[in-house]
Amino acid sequence: MTDIRDAQRIGRASDGRLIERPLSGHLSVYINFDMVMSVGHRVTGCAIAVGTIVMVWFLVALASGPAAYDTFSWWMRTPIGYLALFGWSAALWYHYCVGVRHLIWDSGRMYDKHVVERSNLVILAATAVLVVLTWLVVLA
Amino acid sequence: MADAKNLKIDIMRSFLGRARGLGSVNDGFNFWWMQRLTSIALVPLAVWFIFSVAHLAGAPYAEARAWASGPVHATLLLALIAVVFQHMHLGIQVVAEDYVHTDWIRTTLVLAVKAASLLLALAAVIAVLKLAITG
Repeated sequence: MTDIRDAQRIGRASDGRLIERPLSGHLSVYINFDMVMSVGHRVTGCAIAVGTIVMVWFLVALASGPAAYDTFSWWMRTPIGYLALFGWSAALWYHYCVGVRHLIWDSGRMYDKHVVERSNLVILAATAVLVVLTWLVVLA
Repeated sequence: MADAKNLKIDIMRSFLGRARGLGSVNDGFNFWWMQRLTSIALVPLAVWFIFSVAHLAGAPYAEARAWASGPVHATLLLALIAVVFQHMHLGIQVVAEDYVHTDWIRTTLVLAVKAASLLLALAAVIAVLKLAITG
């Protein structure tokens, strides 16, 4: 054993034998909705990061002049542009809602299992409402 | 891991010593705290930005430029840029450190993301400053 972390998993049985202490349950054998929500937070976070390129493109195009802005606008109106913007808005609002719950969790609240389960649904509903609201503003 | 029969402790340290050997969190708290601070700042800033650009969608050049170049909006944009890219490179670092197990790939990835965040942030800041100053 070369890794100090492996050494921490070695203990002694009551008769003094060295034993490998049991690991906690293997995560690969079960999956639940809380895990999907948590993974979703990370996945959407990474997706939004890619989306920041569009934000910077928008600002740089605006600063560069009408021609650059027209190119940007043209791309945003293509099906790919709409798809990217829709995906970005959905990922953003999902990440936003889960992030707010993380801040609430950091304050020590809403940890009870039934509250977490209910808040999962609240997050999904709030995300849907905010996405619809955003696109109503876009298309208005 | 190793066969249970072949287990031996070849690191002659107490359990406390081993735990101490893992080191303190050093700037780990600051990392955690910066993620929280930036998310708190993004609670209002993200709402403002998303609905602003949603409202601007399809606007002609002059209108979009006028929106971004006003002093209030330029200030909020600069704040947003600073906070977004700080939040972003910290978040991706956490994801990379959790899922990428090969040292050199992880380090390269984290540094590349930090470099990209910095360059994107600088480009955005320069764009906003140009808009704010030239009107």
